[in-house]
Amino acid sequence: MSTLPVTHPERLAPHHRILRYAFHERAWHWVVGFSYIYLLLTGLAFWTPWLFWIAILLGGGQVSRMLHPWFGLIFAVGVSAMYVMWHAQMGIKQIDKDWFNSVGYYIRNEDDKMPPAGRYNGGQKSLFWGFVICMVLMLLSGLVLWLPEYIPWNLRYLRYLAILVHASAALITIGLFLIHVYMGVFAERGAFGSVIRGDVSLQFARRYHPGWYEEITGQPANPEK
Amino acid sequence: MSQATLRVQKISGHAGTVPGEDTQRQYQVCKLIDTTTCIGCKACEVACMEWNDLPFGKTTFDNTYQTMPETRWNYWNLIKFDEHEKADGSLMWLVRKHQCMHCADPGCLKACPSDGAIVQYDNGIVDFQQANCIGCGYCITGCPFDIPRMNPETHRVFKCTLCADRVSENLEPSCIKSCPTGCLHFGSKDDMKDLAEARAKQLRDHYDFPNAGVYDPAGVGGTGVIYVLHDVTNPEAYGGLPKDPRVPWTVRLWKGPLKWLGNAAMIGGLIGLFAHYLRVGPKAREDEDITMVPHEGKQP
Repeated sequence: MSTLPVTHPERLAPHHRILRYAFHERAWHWVVGFSYIYLLLTGLAFWTPWLFWIAILLGGGQVSRMLHPWFGLIFAVGVSAMYVMWHAQMGIKQIDKDWFNSVGYYIRNEDDKMPPAGRYNGGQKSLFWGFVICMVLMLLSGLVLWLPEYIPWNLRYLRYLAILVHASAALITIGLFLIHVYMGVFAERGAFGSVIRGDVSLQFARRYHPGWYEEITGQPANPEK
Repeated sequence: MSQATLRVQKISGHAGTVPGEDTQRQYQVCKLIDTTTCIGCKACEVACMEWNDLPFGKTTFDNTYQTMPETRWNYWNLIKFDEHEKADGSLMWLVRKHQCMHCADPGCLKACPSDGAIVQYDNGIVDFQQANCIGCGYCITGCPFDIPRMNPETHRVFKCTLCADRVSENLEPSCIKSCPTGCLHFGSKDDMKDLAEARAKQLRDHYDFPNAGVYDPAGVGGTGVIYVLHDVTNPEAYGGLPKDPRVPWTVRLWKGPLKWLGNAAMIGGLIGLFAHYLRVGPKAREDEDITMVPHEGKQP
């Protein structure tokens, strides 16, 4: 085996595990996660009459309408913190384009045929940028929707635009959110634990994030190749 | 606002059918405002506040006869005064009673997400039910006439009810009752349109108003409040009455195609992910199983 330098020995944990998310990363993830779930539930209640009962369940329509914008601010702060923590690692590179070109293998669980991803693969980077961009759109349109009575009549086009932008951006995040939860909870065993306890097994890192594995351990992920 | 015992034909934010819809044949009611005989006395403003028991706020004096620049949550009926210069350079005073238009296709009701916060009765009156209002203000965005007003303390929206409580008891709205010149009329939509057209014809034939006509905008399906105007080609001159009011296209897109597209995408996404799990399954059963996948090297 070649001996690459172990650049992040502090990330190696006992029992063949690697620290994937430090405490502050996990904490911000759940600030965003819980605020998003509240926003999703109350937002769906306002989206369609068939789901308005959710607002009743969560304390009534008035309470949901009052709290939704405040949770939105918490969500915006959380996503901003994620941007500060992670944006440097989220640059879309050639390998991420290759990842998307071979995404069919990824969907069929043939991960060994995928280009070797680093700490984040192309899909995860897209999730990140999707949420950052949609957060900004929902924040700006949400401020208009928060206090529509203070938007003067001659600026009414702001209100007309805001309802469309807010709903469209929210729908995009719902698509991303469904895939994210599916991947993290159901499809990729070990991923959910990484955002609760912080660590993943060496095998997990080597299989799903070979570039990151090599960076941390100094070992080649695929010695046979 | 009112607890009127009128049958309902449309309910905002409501899933399923409307109870009582089409069970009774009712006249479409209509208020006719003849701006050509209005003297701007504001009796209707006072009668509206009196009947609806609205708290009186401070008025705004800006060197005009107008009581305040815009309607308020507790001031639903406002006469708008405009000094208008005619083509020959002479001056003309345009006086228009401004209030909710009670659209046949109400943008407020279309935009409202709260079950039963806005209803349209069988007789065409559009009424806000503040007990069900959640204060989101979407009705403000849906309305092409800038009518709904938020109470900043209770966060509920208010507007003219066309005195639905009086109408349900076979009384005319209080503004009609108070009008001293008879420029306000109330009755069935058909009768009011006939009356309005007759008056407009009179203005065209016997007075110097060749453009006189009836304002009953088709873009919102017609309104439960119609005007006779001296010049129906220029309604904006009457305190900004919109020429071709429509529910904003973004509201129609949002409540129409976007809603169905979004619902289909969300439900399709859930089904798709579930099908993926059934067909392909997880990437590995347990964390430890990852090592057992073929094409893997030895353990470090």
